[in-house]
Amino acid sequence: MSDAAASLREPWPDLDRQREGVSVGIWLFIVSEMLFFGALFLGYAVYRTLYPEAFRIAGAETAVSYGSVNLLLLLTSSVTMTIAVDASRQARRRTAIICLALTMLLGAAFLIFKGLEYSLDIAKGLFPGADFPLQPPQTQLFWALYWVMTGVHAIHLAIGVGIVGVFAWVLWRRVLPIESPAIVGVATYWHFVDTVWIILFPLLYLVNRS
Amino acid sequence: MTDTAIADATVEAQPASYLAAGHTLLSWLTTTDHKRIAILYAISITFFFFIGGIAIALVRLELMTPQGLILTSDAYNRLFSLHGIIMVWFFLVPSIPATMGNFLLPLMIGAHDVAFPRLNLLSWYLYVFGAAFTVYALISGGVDTGWTFYTPLSTNYATGYVIAAAAGVFVVGFSSIATGINFIATAHMLRAPGMTWFRLPLFVWAMYTVSMVMVLATPVLAMSLLLVIAERAFGLPIFDAARGGDPVLFQHLFWFYSHPAVYIMILPAMGVVSEVIPCFARRTIFGYAFMVYALIAIAVIGFMVWGHHMFVAGQSPLANLVFSFLSFIVAVPSAIKVFNWTATLHRGQITFEAPMLYALGFVGLFTIGGLTGLFLASVPIDIHATDTYFVIAHFHFVMVGGTVSAYMAGLHFWWPKVTGRMYSEAWARFAAITTFLGFNATFMPQFVMGWNGMPRRYHYYPDVFQAWHVMSSVGALILAVAYVLPLIYFGWSMIYGRRAGANPWNATGLEWQTSSPPAKENFDHIPRIDAGPYAYDESDHPPAAGDRTLVRSQGETA
Amino acid sequence: MSNSVGHHVNIWLRPTTVWVALVLLGLANLGSAYLPLNALPLNLVIAAIMVILLWLLLMDLIGSAALIRLIAVAGLVWLSFMFALTFSDYLSRACEAQGGDRPAALCVDRKINWGAF
Repeated sequence: MSDAAASLREPWPDLDRQREGVSVGIWLFIVSEMLFFGALFLGYAVYRTLYPEAFRIAGAETAVSYGSVNLLLLLTSSVTMTIAVDASRQARRRTAIICLALTMLLGAAFLIFKGLEYSLDIAKGLFPGADFPLQPPQTQLFWALYWVMTGVHAIHLAIGVGIVGVFAWVLWRRVLPIESPAIVGVATYWHFVDTVWIILFPLLYLVNRS
Repeated sequence: MTDTAIADATVEAQPASYLAAGHTLLSWLTTTDHKRIAILYAISITFFFFIGGIAIALVRLELMTPQGLILTSDAYNRLFSLHGIIMVWFFLVPSIPATMGNFLLPLMIGAHDVAFPRLNLLSWYLYVFGAAFTVYALISGGVDTGWTFYTPLSTNYATGYVIAAAAGVFVVGFSSIATGINFIATAHMLRAPGMTWFRLPLFVWAMYTVSMVMVLATPVLAMSLLLVIAERAFGLPIFDAARGGDPVLFQHLFWFYSHPAVYIMILPAMGVVSEVIPCFARRTIFGYAFMVYALIAIAVIGFMVWGHHMFVAGQSPLANLVFSFLSFIVAVPSAIKVFNWTATLHRGQITFEAPMLYALGFVGLFTIGGLTGLFLASVPIDIHATDTYFVIAHFHFVMVGGTVSAYMAGLHFWWPKVTGRMYSEAWARFAAITTFLGFNATFMPQFVMGWNGMPRRYHYYPDVFQAWHVMSSVGALILAVAYVLPLIYFGWSMIYGRRAGANPWNATGLEWQTSSPPAKENFDHIPRIDAGPYAYDESDHPPAAGDRTLVRSQGETA
Repeated sequence: MSNSVGHHVNIWLRPTTVWVALVLLGLANLGSAYLPLNALPLNLVIAAIMVILLWLLLMDLIGSAALIRLIAVAGLVWLSFMFALTFSDYLSRACEAQGGDRPAALCVDRKINWGAF
């Protein structure tokens, strides 16, 4: 199919090799992201080990309903993204583009809920500083990590929403053929952002619920 | 003539060189040709090398007298910080990989380009953006935290542009990661038919292993700096002891990257030396397989030793023990490589062209640097020597005596390939010897004064150290001259130098089978490989030492 | 990596099944947190299972080339270096009772007092 052949780029000798190359590249990037977020998880693990009681007190204040809804949104978005990738491989244009759009919308919904949750947190004074409402002071460590971890995740998600949106548009306008290998890269990134939330969820929202 | 590893030799008219494919500035700034990107990097890192050099020249001038000479204490602190930040992140880390790695990797494996050419160009722009931003911040006032950004100085107490400097380093880190991703994908996916892993030149293995380190380590640096920025800009307590934070946690995160970073600096250097020594000893490398295993071992074990930077920081004694033990282990593969380079020289027909002078200098200076590293890996010795000039001398021996020597070796070795011109061998040998002498004059005294108690990063010092400081500063002046000389003779060679043939050194390796300079696409037909690298002593009549015809007629084959 | 058309003839079946599994696990995670026990290990295990399902079935690691799987595993291995060696410091620090950082819960009487090293 000439559309597919058009996606072959220098210096790749053939399309199959290029597809695998794109996968290798994007997974290497995912590994770098694993270490990036891993450093944050390490900080959390260290401080939770040192201050278990403070983390229990601090963790009780997170908005678990927001966190759970957001988990559901991202899990669903990963599924729509997977369907988009499989559809693109079978050249099913409409399905692929609609699923990409759904993925984007679910991600955007996450960000909206996250924003609402942030304003709730701020209204409760849960930004570390002089007027922090909880004691002991180590509760501020939990909340500092909360803001950094969810903030960095949200930035990644926002970038993902943008990329998915642009990619859906590019496919819709046939700038790229529907079988373009790039969709696997986009999907892998998206799934990784979901992975981070799956791990963040118990660490931030399931502390001291019982 | 060289033993060629190519099954079919192509004889044809000289194709258009990559330098001729577009003469406008825009053609350079929008290129996706790995060879041009390599040159863009080379120009950029050279520029920042001299800025970092000027900073330390002022520092060494200041240190000629025990009391102040021309700098306030604050200015002094900002200058050594500037020197460290620029030299580590904007010279040493990109140096060999982004220049020689970019230029040579596709050529050495028989590919047209790297796996992701546009990502390659992006990596250069990330470098330039990060570098310009950081250097601007450092020059307009700078930071006094040292290149290590330790908390709580960087988060709470330092005045100056900590956030800007940290942000700039954060950005340039992604240039590193992008290069690493590109190289790993290229090595896996674009090797020519018949180019199996164990037929790869050691330089390619070095690029591969250094890329592993860049991809795995750099993100942790990025996060550690992001947390410093979050604490400083938003008051979020991560390392703040008043609220239970641990400054040592910053050091764990920082050194998790910064120790592997020194292997980012040395692995490519080892790759260069493994190309140069076999060529100028006319012998195949001794113990190729173990050279490969050693590269991998250094890359992996190098991630497990970072705590040796923190022996006196407040780490637990058990952790000290574990990191000390692993630091002794990581020296073993490096030692194996030194033995193998030496064994390669045995019964060789050695000649002393400039690349070989630099490579031999590397072996000696790296050995001294590495051995003094073992001193520092021992906890009780480190307690005495830490934060003294002994440490400074140690890491300059490996980074400057090591990496910069290898960088110069590679620059001279591949200059004819990249530019198509020969440089002045006499001036180059003079510069190499001057470098070696100037380097030792600068840094040997630092071992002595460090051991006797001269602290690092100190502006004022007791009179008893002045003689050593003066020796060191005079050595630094000699070194500076030796570093400026190549600018002159390389520049001269680009206009007046003799034109080089495809293979002026009679070297093996696919890069020497292309024209000098290579065509834009590197190869007309991707070659098929059916032999290993370094086939120097396989022919019945190896070329006599010194018999190197420099100018080859058009289209002459191996 | 198999990109052949027809590899997943039905593009809805596997993703939807995985979705059901993920949502159930997510609910299990949420629910178990409300039980009167130290739920953290269970929560992390459930999260790990969710991640494994996501990686194997939605990111298609199961159908990927060995190289891709190796790269993914390498990331986990390097994370383990970082965690293990950092905790070799924190878990052997002096106990709270001796004025150190380590909380009492982690200071169990053992034959070897690591803090005395």
